[in-house]
Amino acid sequence: MLTQALSEPYTRSKRLMNLRALVKWGALGAVSLLAFYLILALYLQRQFMFAILFLVLTGSALYVFARSKAYTYRYIFPALAGMSVFVLFPLFYTVAIGFTNYSADNLLTLPRVQQVLLSHTYQVAGGRHDFELREQGGRYRLSITDDQGARLVTAPFSLEASGKRQKLSLQPAGSQPIAGDKVNLRGIIQHKKALNDLTLVLPDKTLLSMVSLRSFGAVKPLYTVHSDNTLVNNKTGEVYYPNDKSGFYESAKGETLSPGWTVAIGWANYVRVLTDPTIRGPFIQIFTWTVTFALLTVVFTLGLGLLLASLLQWDQVRGKGFYRTMLILPYAVPAFISILIFKGLFNQNFGEINLVLQHLFGVRPDWFSDPFLAKVMILIVNTWLGYPYMMLLSMGLLQSIPRDLYEASAMDGAGPIDNLFRITIPLIIKPLMPLLIASFAFNFNNFVLIALLTNGAPDIIGASTPAGTTDLLVSYTYRIAFQDAGQNFGLAAAIATVIFLLVGGLSLINLKLSKVKV
Amino acid sequence: MAMVQPRSTKYRVLLTHLSLLAFILLILFPLLMVISISFRTGNFATGSLLPQHPSLEHWSLAFGIPYHEADGSVIQPPFPVLLWLWNSIKVASIASVMILLLSTTSAYAFARMRFKGKDVILKAMLIFQMFPPVLSLVAIYALFNQIGKEVSWLGINTHGALILAYLGGVALHIWTIKGYFESVDKSLEEAAIVDGATTWQAFRYILLPLSVPILVVVFILAFIMNIMEYPIASVLLLDVNKLTLAVGANQYLYQQHYLWGDFAAAAVLSGLPITVIFLYCQKWIVGGLTAGGVKG
Repeated sequence: MLTQALSEPYTRSKRLMNLRALVKWGALGAVSLLAFYLILALYLQRQFMFAILFLVLTGSALYVFARSKAYTYRYIFPALAGMSVFVLFPLFYTVAIGFTNYSADNLLTLPRVQQVLLSHTYQVAGGRHDFELREQGGRYRLSITDDQGARLVTAPFSLEASGKRQKLSLQPAGSQPIAGDKVNLRGIIQHKKALNDLTLVLPDKTLLSMVSLRSFGAVKPLYTVHSDNTLVNNKTGEVYYPNDKSGFYESAKGETLSPGWTVAIGWANYVRVLTDPTIRGPFIQIFTWTVTFALLTVVFTLGLGLLLASLLQWDQVRGKGFYRTMLILPYAVPAFISILIFKGLFNQNFGEINLVLQHLFGVRPDWFSDPFLAKVMILIVNTWLGYPYMMLLSMGLLQSIPRDLYEASAMDGAGPIDNLFRITIPLIIKPLMPLLIASFAFNFNNFVLIALLTNGAPDIIGASTPAGTTDLLVSYTYRIAFQDAGQNFGLAAAIATVIFLLVGGLSLINLKLSKVKV
Repeated sequence: MAMVQPRSTKYRVLLTHLSLLAFILLILFPLLMVISISFRTGNFATGSLLPQHPSLEHWSLAFGIPYHEADGSVIQPPFPVLLWLWNSIKVASIASVMILLLSTTSAYAFARMRFKGKDVILKAMLIFQMFPPVLSLVAIYALFNQIGKEVSWLGINTHGALILAYLGGVALHIWTIKGYFESVDKSLEEAAIVDGATTWQAFRYILLPLSVPILVVVFILAFIMNIMEYPIASVLLLDVNKLTLAVGANQYLYQQHYLWGDFAAAAVLSGLPITVIFLYCQKWIVGGLTAGGVKG
């Protein structure tokens, strides 16, 4: 009895262990199967970068969670995985995109480009048929009269402008009237986009597309593909060869077909930044402004912050809590709101700042269309946003300076200026330096400020990409990638890579200076 | 008390007070102005700083209630501000909880355990958190586009994607928590391990309960940073009803569609809670921010 009672919990815990091991290995197996499926799918879609990402991720996850030796890594794995997928991978991917011509014109893969081109059609001479569209309960039927005077009609279909071609076959309708209300010209104009996406198939396999608001005409595919991937234009007989250097179909005469596909183009994006005057000019101008902006911001915010901190440090001043709270208010308001508030206040016509200036001095500055004033405005706003941070930093650092140093200097008859340059600054500069560099790097990349306040305006004249006089390098790359029709992801990624290098260099210096202990 | 006091101290103190007050007035001008504008009739400047005919028009619209004008016409709310605020709070709180989970366990390992590559990983984290995500937006977009093909609730235009993207920003928080863990005495955990506790149990039942204050601080810090995040959200979210506040607020002030008064009310309504949270927690937040140097 006794032995049984003693051994029972033991076996139970053993059974529990077995169960846990079973669950663990089962879960690991299921996860790896799922991951394997995903990786294979990505590989088959030719998404090699993503396939490698998931392979590395699941591989390391399996290693860490299956081996008991790697126990410590289980604690850090989830966080490191998060950082690798959402910070490191995008970084490397961006660098890789910088070496391709990935853009709105070269967005797809070669097979998709072929598909798109092969769906193009052209109108064959003759064979125009007037059509009627009839609606019944939200479904439509389309009928035409052919050359022999016979009526042909489609089955009921739904009419949505989805951008995809819809194929409908036409069947003889006989003499029966077709059910439904005839859609008038206005309705047809409303549905023009959806109607344009229709391809009608006659019983003899001729294809019809809409050629005018009243008629459909016979069309043929514009291109035929040959076994060596060349395309032949059926209308002109011109032959187009796929060019893997430029990522376009090109004829012998040098004509190209849009869209193209993404290909690696080596250093071409970097060469463009360095040599194309319509990019190099704006790039240098924006780079200079970015550095100036970040430097001036650090100087202004530090100057103001240090001054206020010294005032608040003074024993004679009462009500420090009140002042402190009021002074850090700009820091407490969410930046995206305060920046937009300034955008409104600085407005040329309706802004309250110009209202005040008009009353006091009779001027109405063009804050958003004059390059110099726009920069002044940005610096004012950023100083407003940033000085509380510097003030808080300085307050902390000033407290660490022994008070008797100031006592001694006062005995020697030194003024506040002497105190500042002989005692305060030399003592706080060392711990302050890494924080100043961090602030410089932050403002170097202060995208939100520019995006919300001016969005780069006013524009630089003569630039071939969207570029503004107040753009920082980050907002410049953002606009090249996401604004206007250009959408040149490759060029944007190349500039982004340059910024990565700059920021990486800065943070290395910072790490050296601050002597981080780990 | 300082020993040496010039005779003019009284005047200098007075001067300091006056200049500080003047400066505060200047600094607060935009914030006071926006409150005044939120009560003004219509969306355009009227030529005076204080509203002459105060009206609740903008406030009613900000709360999503159609406003009935005196002449009988009805103005519909231009944007779903409360929905945006809710979206922001939802995304930011879920992401912050997950960030907290991820960074606490990692910080424990970094603070208490020894393993290969620890120094390198810690330093690399400091460097990589300086790279702004704006620059890799194309890649982030492509990544979620790809994920969305397999798992639709993590694709483009979902809050799931945004939450997942925010999980990348844990480096700063790991450093903050790690610093705190290192300041906690090891001996309690060591005693527990001697008594047969596993490292996980020592972490879960001894260190964690001792670290609640720093966890609260990191949560609030992560929450505020996520609420204010603009670039990633502006690219991943497309529908008006899915936007977060940071992205949506921008829509009020387009040149062609300039809703200054409506914006003012929405800004006060949505900015006030965040400001109050920040001021309330400033003592702790400032410590965390100065350690990492992320804002300013």
